[in-house]
Amino acid sequence: MCSGNNCIGTIHSIETLGGHDGPGLRTVVFMQGCSFRCVYCHNPDTWNLNGGESVTVFELLSRILRYKPYFIRNGGVTLSGGEPLLQTEFALQLFTDLKAQGIHTVLDTAGSVLNDKTEALLKVTDEVLLDIKHTDKEIFQKITKAKPEAFNLLFEFLHLCKKSNVDIVLRQVIVPGLTDNDENIKKLSQIAREFEAKKTELLPYHTAGVPKWNSLNLDYTLKDVLPPTRIEMEHLNLLLKNG
Amino acid sequence: MSNYMNFKKGKWNEKIDVRDFIQKNYSPYDGDESFLCLPTKRTEALTRRYEELLIEEQKNGGVLDIDTSDVSSLLSYAPGYVDKENEIIFGLQTDKPLKRGVNPFGGMRMVKQSCAQYGHELSQNITDMFKYKTTHNDGVFRVYTDEMRKARKSGIITGLPDAYGRGRIIGDYRRVALYGVDFLIEEKIKDKISLGERDMDDENIRLLEELYRQIDFLKKLKEMAAAYGIDISKPAKTALEAVQWLYFAYLAAIKEQNGAAMSLGRVSTFLDIYFEQDLKNGVITETEAQEIIDQFVLKLRLARELRTPDYNELFAGDPMWITESLGGIGEDGRHMVTKTSYRFLHTLYNLKPSPEPNLTVLWSKDLPENFKKYCTKVSIDTDSIQYENDDVMRPIYCDDYGIACCVSAMKIGKQMQFFGARCNIAKMLLFAINGGRDEISGLQIGPEMEPLKDEVLNFETVNERFKFYMKWLCRLYVNTMNVIHYMHDKYAYEKIQMALHDTKVERLMAFGMAGLSVVADSLSAIKYAEVKPIFNDDNIAYDFETVGNFPKYGNDDDRVDDIAKEIVSEFYKELCNNKIYRGAKHTLSILTITSNVVYGKKTGSTPDGRKLGEPFAPGANPMHGRDISGALASLNSVAKIPYEVCRDGISNTFSVVPGVLGKLKTEQQDNLVSILDGYFAQNAHHLNVNVLDRSTLEDAMAHPEKYPTLTIRVSGYAVRFNSLNEKQQKEVLARAFHDRF
Repeated sequence: MCSGNNCIGTIHSIETLGGHDGPGLRTVVFMQGCSFRCVYCHNPDTWNLNGGESVTVFELLSRILRYKPYFIRNGGVTLSGGEPLLQTEFALQLFTDLKAQGIHTVLDTAGSVLNDKTEALLKVTDEVLLDIKHTDKEIFQKITKAKPEAFNLLFEFLHLCKKSNVDIVLRQVIVPGLTDNDENIKKLSQIAREFEAKKTELLPYHTAGVPKWNSLNLDYTLKDVLPPTRIEMEHLNLLLKNG
Repeated sequence: MSNYMNFKKGKWNEKIDVRDFIQKNYSPYDGDESFLCLPTKRTEALTRRYEELLIEEQKNGGVLDIDTSDVSSLLSYAPGYVDKENEIIFGLQTDKPLKRGVNPFGGMRMVKQSCAQYGHELSQNITDMFKYKTTHNDGVFRVYTDEMRKARKSGIITGLPDAYGRGRIIGDYRRVALYGVDFLIEEKIKDKISLGERDMDDENIRLLEELYRQIDFLKKLKEMAAAYGIDISKPAKTALEAVQWLYFAYLAAIKEQNGAAMSLGRVSTFLDIYFEQDLKNGVITETEAQEIIDQFVLKLRLARELRTPDYNELFAGDPMWITESLGGIGEDGRHMVTKTSYRFLHTLYNLKPSPEPNLTVLWSKDLPENFKKYCTKVSIDTDSIQYENDDVMRPIYCDDYGIACCVSAMKIGKQMQFFGARCNIAKMLLFAINGGRDEISGLQIGPEMEPLKDEVLNFETVNERFKFYMKWLCRLYVNTMNVIHYMHDKYAYEKIQMALHDTKVERLMAFGMAGLSVVADSLSAIKYAEVKPIFNDDNIAYDFETVGNFPKYGNDDDRVDDIAKEIVSEFYKELCNNKIYRGAKHTLSILTITSNVVYGKKTGSTPDGRKLGEPFAPGANPMHGRDISGALASLNSVAKIPYEVCRDGISNTFSVVPGVLGKLKTEQQDNLVSILDGYFAQNAHHLNVNVLDRSTLEDAMAHPEKYPTLTIRVSGYAVRFNSLNEKQQKEVLARAFHDRF
């Protein structure tokens, strides 16, 4: 299915004015399909592995390049999702072509899908935004619908990133009752040090994705959970720093 | 010329050449904004008085007071002050701040109406005086043909400067500071003598009489300054003097003319030379330098002209378009950002945000990074500045041009403009369908043709007829403008502003177009979907049924963007087939200001699905809610409109929610720089930038008292949100706010 830039992938959508997913102004491509299906996901419409729009790398590249004048100064292209690692070959071909044009590449992933192309992909990736759902294996399993080996694969992926000299940015969504405990944050801080992460971002949980759950007739289990307060976020950020 | 001891000499010492003086003497500044100072006690006191006056003006229905007994000119009123002991820059239009003068030379009816609508009555004395005078408005209507009157009435051409001052002329106010008035008079006398040697044809005689009047008004300018105890016959020696001399020149212009747009030009880098000299010589401190600029800007914010409430519906917010152009790059490659460029922008903090002066950054990829980031900071904090692409204008206008009004570039002191408002091309499209009849009144306005009776509109047929009516409209539009500007020159000549131009001036005639996105989408609908006209009993297509999808302008889709490009190119070509008064050059703008609301009100339903009375998008913006492929796709579409056929400017207004640009303020600044760089790298011309949440505007609609200084950019200028009427506010809210989720 994949040969050169005729390689076909499925995407959910493109955001051309991305200011949050990687350095600078970025074109963000949301890939279709994700098996993690986190309880707080704000893009549940990207889960379905059979949905989305089929595009070749060539087509996608020509769409992305329309925005090169904007992102070339301080940004680049981010592949997000869904889970982009479910389409590693497509991502590899796209990033190879982008790097050939001198464009900065970011992979926004949960990191638990590994195959024989992963290392090659990391060679053409400038930065990985790695979303660590939780540092405790049990709660990790509660948040995601991932396979049991996912938690360990995540760390394998991290080692691979470090080995490939990719900039690592760790992220975690702070959900009251799930991730907002001190122990978890301290552990996250340790992981950041161990893998020499460029930075770690705690993202306050928000409910902007809930209408999507409703329109997809999915049961949203966090109905009664409120976003964390500013004070709580400050506390956790401080803890992260001094961890 | 012994006063110039510290300035580098050059051509400018021999003859009037302000550009040469600037290029030889200015100091580009690469640093950041950290040198800027807070307002002084005096400025704060003056600002408080200014704010009180604004509140009184608002309470009084928008006009504080009118002097109805004298005709506004340079010497009509006693000197006026705001708060004499705290003022350091002097001069008011009348004897009191915010009191407006009357100026009937443009047209008597407008003056009488404005006085009446604000509860005043024009004095008998002025009414009598003008019984025996011809105004510009009288002259125009003596000549207007039936067809011109009908076209004007139907609204296919509107906002024409045939009843008021045309404006859009920038005097080179810097000349007064650099040379003093005496030298300027001497030069004009020399010109007059040399013109006297020529054959006395129409043009030469007209110019000789104009020169007489220019010289006469330069003398009056000196007298006007003398009434404030200031002698401006010789060159200014210090920064304070340079600003004062320059302001007097501008003040004379706005006393003499009630022009639609009375722009300032490009003064900051010129003035910076004086500031640098004074700072170096220890004459002033940075705090004092900022005080001079702050107080100058406060004076500009007090400038007012008397206009009717009707006019306000077209151009909301009582604007003067005191446009000051900042930055840009010089011909030699050095950027022209100076500390005074920063000082001007800094007034938006020291004196709070405000629509005036209309601060316009001449953007180039080569501007210093520090300045770019400061500009975007100012945008994010104040929504009060606009950006225009120096890299596309400089090759045409060199490096000493300025912007008049919103987007009209001209070489300062060397080019002037005949302002031509705009025509409504959405209505023109409906004329093409209805065979020259107005779709609302049913009257025959254009040349008669069988109405299109096709069940489904055919693209080739409609396009052919569209071009036929375009040819007709362009000829009519040019001829109407010729009449208007002939009469304006004759009966309402800009004596002081033209005295501050070269005698041999280049003239531009600026035509305009409203409804570009409506027509592009309509033609796209006819081409790519099925459009069925619905006829009334009078055989007029009063509505359309559009079945199927069609590409819409604003999504970076060449299928429709190419239609938009072709419309402007064809229109410009047709304009150029018609000869213009006084050898002017044709230019075209895609700019509506806030008149897009009124144009929509006067236009029937269109094939793109827009219904009767609904507003157009402003300027060259895509229609509301149709640019669904993201903010940058929308910018990409507008960037395709070619500047080479729209040299009077292509206006685009862009609103983005702050959070979309990034989490931290510094990220937001940096990313906005990337957007501007990316847009302008594609040869786009203009961008108004608003960085705000829709909810802020909704709250401001409900609780105006909470947002006294909330300023937003509309099409080519800025307004206080509270000064828009409800319809205009709703239209602003209906526009795309680029956000996520």
